[in-house]
Amino acid sequence: MSAQSIDHVVIRFAGDSGDGMQLLGQQFTHAAALDGNDHATLPDFPAEIRAPAGTRGGVSGFQIQFASEVIHTPGDECDVLVAMNPAALVKNLDDLKPGGLAIVNVDRFEAIDLKKAELASNPLTDDSLANFRVFEAPISTLTTGAVEPFGLNRKQADRCKNFFALGMMFWLYSKSMDPTRHAIERRFGSPFREANLAALEAGWSYADTRELHPLPFEVPQVPHIPDARYRTVTGNQALATGLVIAAQAVDRTLFYGSYPITPASDVLHALSVFKEYGVVTFQAEDEIAAVCAAIGASYGGAVGVTGTSGPGLALKSEAINLAIMAELPLVVLNVQRAGPSTGMPTKTEQADLLQAMYGRNGDSPMVLLAPRTPADAFRTAYEAVRIAIHSMVPVMVLSDSYIANGAEPWRIPDLDNLPPIAPPPPPSPQAFAPYSRDPESLARPWIAAGTPGYAHRIGGLEKQDVTGTVSYIPKNHQRMTELRAQKVQRAQALLQPAEAKGDPSGTLLIGWGSTYGAIKTAVARGRAQGHALAHLHLRALNPFPPGLAEVLSRYDRILVPELNSGQLCQLLRAHFLVDAVPLSKVQGQPFKVREIHAAVELLLQGEPPEGALA
Amino acid sequence: MSDLSRRDFMSDQTIRWCPGCGDYSILAQLQTAFAQIGLPRERYAVISGIGCSSRLPYYVETYGFHTIHGRAPAVATGLKLARPELSVWVITGDGDGLSIGGNHLAHVLRRNVDLSILLFNNRIYGLTKGQFSPTSEIGKRTKSSPSGVVDPPLNPAAFAIGTGATHVARSVDVLPKHLREALVDAHEHRGSTFLEILQNCNIFNDGAFADYTDRAHRDDRILYLKPGAPLVWGKETLRGLVQDGFGLRVEILDGPEQAEDCLRHNPSDRNLAWALATLEGPHAPLILGTLYQTQRPTYESEALRQISDARATLGEGDIKRLLRASDSFKVRRE
Ligand code: SF4
Repeated sequence: MSAQSIDHVVIRFAGDSGDGMQLLGQQFTHAAALDGNDHATLPDFPAEIRAPAGTRGGVSGFQIQFASEVIHTPGDECDVLVAMNPAALVKNLDDLKPGGLAIVNVDRFEAIDLKKAELASNPLTDDSLANFRVFEAPISTLTTGAVEPFGLNRKQADRCKNFFALGMMFWLYSKSMDPTRHAIERRFGSPFREANLAALEAGWSYADTRELHPLPFEVPQVPHIPDARYRTVTGNQALATGLVIAAQAVDRTLFYGSYPITPASDVLHALSVFKEYGVVTFQAEDEIAAVCAAIGASYGGAVGVTGTSGPGLALKSEAINLAIMAELPLVVLNVQRAGPSTGMPTKTEQADLLQAMYGRNGDSPMVLLAPRTPADAFRTAYEAVRIAIHSMVPVMVLSDSYIANGAEPWRIPDLDNLPPIAPPPPPSPQAFAPYSRDPESLARPWIAAGTPGYAHRIGGLEKQDVTGTVSYIPKNHQRMTELRAQKVQRAQALLQPAEAKGDPSGTLLIGWGSTYGAIKTAVARGRAQGHALAHLHLRALNPFPPGLAEVLSRYDRILVPELNSGQLCQLLRAHFLVDAVPLSKVQGQPFKVREIHAAVELLLQGEPPEGALA
Repeated sequence: MSDLSRRDFMSDQTIRWCPGCGDYSILAQLQTAFAQIGLPRERYAVISGIGCSSRLPYYVETYGFHTIHGRAPAVATGLKLARPELSVWVITGDGDGLSIGGNHLAHVLRRNVDLSILLFNNRIYGLTKGQFSPTSEIGKRTKSSPSGVVDPPLNPAAFAIGTGATHVARSVDVLPKHLREALVDAHEHRGSTFLEILQNCNIFNDGAFADYTDRAHRDDRILYLKPGAPLVWGKETLRGLVQDGFGLRVEILDGPEQAEDCLRHNPSDRNLAWALATLEGPHAPLILGTLYQTQRPTYESEALRQISDARATLGEGDIKRLLRASDSFKVRRE
């Protein structure tokens, strides 16, 4: 069977939150990964575990872009939409390309299904799909038939339909089904194992015999992939891994205190299984206890880490200040989600930047880092531990829901290439003073409670410089406030200098965190059209990287795309007195490349860039 | 046994409690108890929250951490998990431990982390200058309750028993020997000890426990608990506790021989502990000593055992294996 070769494809799987769409997406991702396709994924699920079946609120989606070239986003629009019911179809139709293929489970388009989806008429028979190619497949019926020999009840049989759909997609894109076969064999016991395998095969055969498409497609391997070992990682997995490796690098116990919260809980789950690495996880009674226990562990010489999302961060702020005052290393993971208050727990946003920067009482700066992609979260977590210990400061990692749940290929690093992690060298017991400082970093010594010869007291009251005793002396408070700020500033020595990629002058796009792929792709597109553009993506938000002022001064225009109402833009304007312009999106969804691209066009025409989001 | 004395546990910091405060006595007994327990100084860590009592770590020549309001149990839990070999002490008060930090106190006791938790109960907010606390009695007039407190007080010992604490005891600042023994007991107990120490705040709530503890009548109003001994007290009038339904009743005894008719203390009897903790009435004594004690595995021993078990079955974690994980792959070459 020959196949038609294409460069890249975007597929979205959509169904009820109980339909197994995430599992389906992960299996497809793994198949693409093994074939050497670059890929990026975007899961999109409701906060409710089982919202009423068939309703729009219950639709769970999984988007993947896979390609024979290097890509940076899960794609703006889909080439193919697999919709398991009418709600899934209509909710995602806006993102299907004109002329794109909609594969629908036609069994779920009865009157009652349409009613659940709040549809007055059937989209399959009215004109609403006129712009698309539609393939109507009786997925439920065919699945039930395929699994009939295995004695499942109706509900159980219906559950196998995600593998039927997956089989169809494997045929359409000429993917090997072996990895999924193995996964089914590992994951399911009899008779579900046999049933899911049968559904998978049936889906493939159905697509083949019914000619889902005249010819299947094939997305070739990305050329020149280094012959290395890879994993497909989500941001949360990468954070967890980075923490473990960092703790091993400094030869300390990793202590992770956390309270379950979306979308950070997967870090707790991931670390909880790393027991043989000596990782101590502590599911606390609340967010405050989680961070306080991490601080206590850090006082005992462990690498103290806590993880949460925005509402939890609000609760932790007093304790973070204790770590700032006690000058103990601490890493705080903030996997951001749409706020304020409970907001939209499963939707992405970058709106905690100013909270992270300023949301504590007193003058209390802390180091802020942000991963730019799921795989980059590994290195960010590692750096967070390195800086926290090097400078004896709390460090916050600002990830977000998009990075946390999105996945991409990660080349497993060579550990010898990672920078060493070392606490400031301890003075002799005779020379020891709790708040004496390393002349370079200004870090105080990290003496684990229990170390003979160094017994001392610390706390949240203002400290006398050097001795660390309680002090209310006015000038001492000024000095200590300045020292705490300088210490954060001097962590700059551990950061890569600011670097803009692209044209040396013209228009600069600055971003941070998860907007990396969309900005990068938009800049490449604009430059291909002849615009003078550059992209600078910040890994550190506090302190800013060295050389940032100089880079900013080279450009006429500065555009700051962010998933918030212009928070980094405010910081840049305040710190550098530059006329940076925000592009603010707060829809719970990442930027599309075309939105940023359109904003650049508008900016260049002298129009307000927000028009791009209209 | 080390040759350290109380002096070795005195730090160089000037003590800033009000003259006459009960905290001085508690500090002195804690330092003495540390010497008596005999560990080297660096093996103790004293963790406190916020309030008058929580200044204590600054005055003890050991490791110490003056943390934030109500959170000392959580900080201490993290420390104990990182350094299980340390003797970790939590210093808290009625406001710190039972109001702002009530959640943490409940959970640390439920988990049975091996900590000695000392709750200084003076039934008032001292450091913020005299507001009522969660243990202030109904009707009490304070700066923030000029017409009298309307919310009923919380019973610290009953709270602790309710959370599943494995060691619940009570002592008082004015009885140094009793207090010192209670402190040593707290250290020796494997698991969380909840020791309520009645403490006089002579500035904002002077004489809060004087009805029981004044020298003039303390012998008639304090019941000292001793395992196996009858629940009797009193010098002028001998009284004892007898079973009354599910509770206890105070009886006046004609003579010592009648003590045999009274209940005997059994610290492992949780129902008795509850009855003792909640005993009220005109002739109810102040009950001091160990109300309840039992043994169950500590939180940190169980949590750390999971780690050693994993290492025993899977071997010490190998980073290469972690990185490569089961789902790692090499791209199929075309
Ligand atoms: S206010 Fe009361 S509790 Fe506080 S130090 Fe003074 S006497 Fe002691």
